[in-house]
Amino acid sequence: MNFIKQKFSHSLSACLYLQALTFIIPLTAHAELSGYLVTELRYFSSGPLDSRQQENNVSFALEPEYFYQSDNTQSLTFKLFARYDQHDNERSHADIRELMWIKAADQWELRAGIGKVFWGVAESQHLVDIINQSDAVENMDLEEKLGQPMIDLSLIGQYGTFDIFVLPYFRERTFAGSKGRPRAIPYVDTDHVFYQSDKQNRHIDYAARWYKSINEWDLGLSYFNGTSRDPRLVAANNNSGETVLQPHYDLITQTGLDIQGTFDAWLWKLEVIHRSGVTPAYTAMTGGFEYSFYDIRHTGADLGVLLEYMYDNRALNSPGPFQNDILLGLRYTLNDTQSTEFLLGQIIDRHTHASSFNLEASRRMASNIKLNLEAHYFTRPDTSDPAYVYRDDDYIQAELVYYF
Amino acid sequence: MKKFILLTACLILPALTCAQTAEEKGLFIAIEADKHDTGWKDQSSNLRMTLHNRQGQESFREMHNQALEVEGDGDKTLIVFDLPQDVKGTAFLSFTHATRPDDQWLFLPALKRVKRISSSNKSGPFMGSEFAYEDISSQEIDKYTYKYLKDDTIDGNDTFVIERFPQYENSGYTRQIVWLDKIKYQPLKIDFYDRKNSLLKTLSYHDYKQYLDKFWRPGKMQMTNNQNGKSTTLIWKDYKFNNNFNDRDFDNNSLQRAR
Repeated sequence: MNFIKQKFSHSLSACLYLQALTFIIPLTAHAELSGYLVTELRYFSSGPLDSRQQENNVSFALEPEYFYQSDNTQSLTFKLFARYDQHDNERSHADIRELMWIKAADQWELRAGIGKVFWGVAESQHLVDIINQSDAVENMDLEEKLGQPMIDLSLIGQYGTFDIFVLPYFRERTFAGSKGRPRAIPYVDTDHVFYQSDKQNRHIDYAARWYKSINEWDLGLSYFNGTSRDPRLVAANNNSGETVLQPHYDLITQTGLDIQGTFDAWLWKLEVIHRSGVTPAYTAMTGGFEYSFYDIRHTGADLGVLLEYMYDNRALNSPGPFQNDILLGLRYTLNDTQSTEFLLGQIIDRHTHASSFNLEASRRMASNIKLNLEAHYFTRPDTSDPAYVYRDDDYIQAELVYYF
Repeated sequence: MKKFILLTACLILPALTCAQTAEEKGLFIAIEADKHDTGWKDQSSNLRMTLHNRQGQESFREMHNQALEVEGDGDKTLIVFDLPQDVKGTAFLSFTHATRPDDQWLFLPALKRVKRISSSNKSGPFMGSEFAYEDISSQEIDKYTYKYLKDDTIDGNDTFVIERFPQYENSGYTRQIVWLDKIKYQPLKIDFYDRKNSLLKTLSYHDYKQYLDKFWRPGKMQMTNNQNGKSTTLIWKDYKFNNNFNDRDFDNNSLQRAR
């Protein structure tokens, strides 16, 4: 892996001498500091349901990253994250996103420290993905994750890749505070958290995953045993007598399957999980496709069409929002110099007919500045729909990101 | 039988001394060019792209690449983007195949997500540049049919001029005309004709250098779009061979580790 740029220069003779000394190991010691600073504005089109909430919000976040590679088999990454939020004390927070040492060998890789792992193929929800806790104050899509302490051993061979994880420490999900928005009504009180395990957040979780790519197919099988990343939210009174939601973390076992078939411009996707330990045990799935029209009329632009179906066999007893829902999505990519992109998604509940729209757009304004726009719109929410509490939380968000 | 003897003779003798049809001669030159560039095993390089628009504004891309030669199939390539900064750390892994669609994966560092992506986008722009995906993918003999046109000289270099016709699906071109250096067996210039058969783009190659006493690599490539007035310049640096790469350096795990 000596493609890494050598940032120091040296004479050819010195180089040859050192190469001779180190024989095959190339000189690739390499360190760099990078990151971004982001300014975020949110505007809510309606007044809040709770008078403690606001209509506008300003927030700043910083994510510096240090990377060091001693040679082509070892590296260390240290990535911090910190946010300041104008109104929500819970959203003003900091986290070690990554503090990861990686050692790579021919047949195995070892990762130890704090990091992030993604599993799965679907776009509408990430059922199989279970290693990291969501940093839910960041975004409603739950795609921002908290750093997870882990040891991950990868075994690599003709059989594919087999990963074994030991997860020694549990991260509680973050939730918007009483002044935060959008948020559940009543709000989630993270000062009172309940665990099924006596060891609480010290319970050691285990996970494993097998992955293999066979021609057009990418296959993953996964297993997790430990503290659920999705808390049950139970209504209770807090010390001041106010009704709040309190997170309860159960011990669960989850097996998962993820498959993608890639055929020309078609991506066929399926994720299935079975989770036990909660009552009742349940099965959930997401399946669908993405089809892309490339280089439309020789303009260079692409249009992707997404359709995914989400199912949960607990039906209306499911605490989650997606039991019988459809995602319709359009992804429009201009492929211009500024990398302008639009993603429009609609999620429709087939039972309540409630639906929500998401629009995401981004464009590079300069080599190191990017503008991201997001809009969330909730329509016709039914009182029985879990999204009912967000009925007045339509908002537009603009982010200006400066990379360094 | 006669044809077989003639073909065999043509394979044994220097290809171009034989009496041939223009199609046969074109194919033989393509095979010869492929032979001249076989056996490099692996390579790595750094690439800087400059995108020029019609108003003369510039924007930049930087990436580093590594490639592994695969015998009997297309090459394996890993590209890691360094600039612009919003895509820094994004990595692209491609297994080229001669007969079936390429396998391609994209690693998105912010999500730590590996996405298997479709390789059927051939004519779309690579990184917003004037290079299409099909222009930067590895050139296998079976991807085209060929026709020898004439001999020509470019800047004092003797060249074969060959017409080639894409045989893969979704190409943005009806044909390409290649000026191939007679000594290096590397292109000096390519004209690309769009689906309406009008001249779309011209690619020129500059500053060739020879590595391992055999393999020629350009230091600079210039793609000019004759229809929209935009152009893209590629500057290649730090070509390295004998990196001892193997399949492990081109798998899902190394895609996620790539920096």
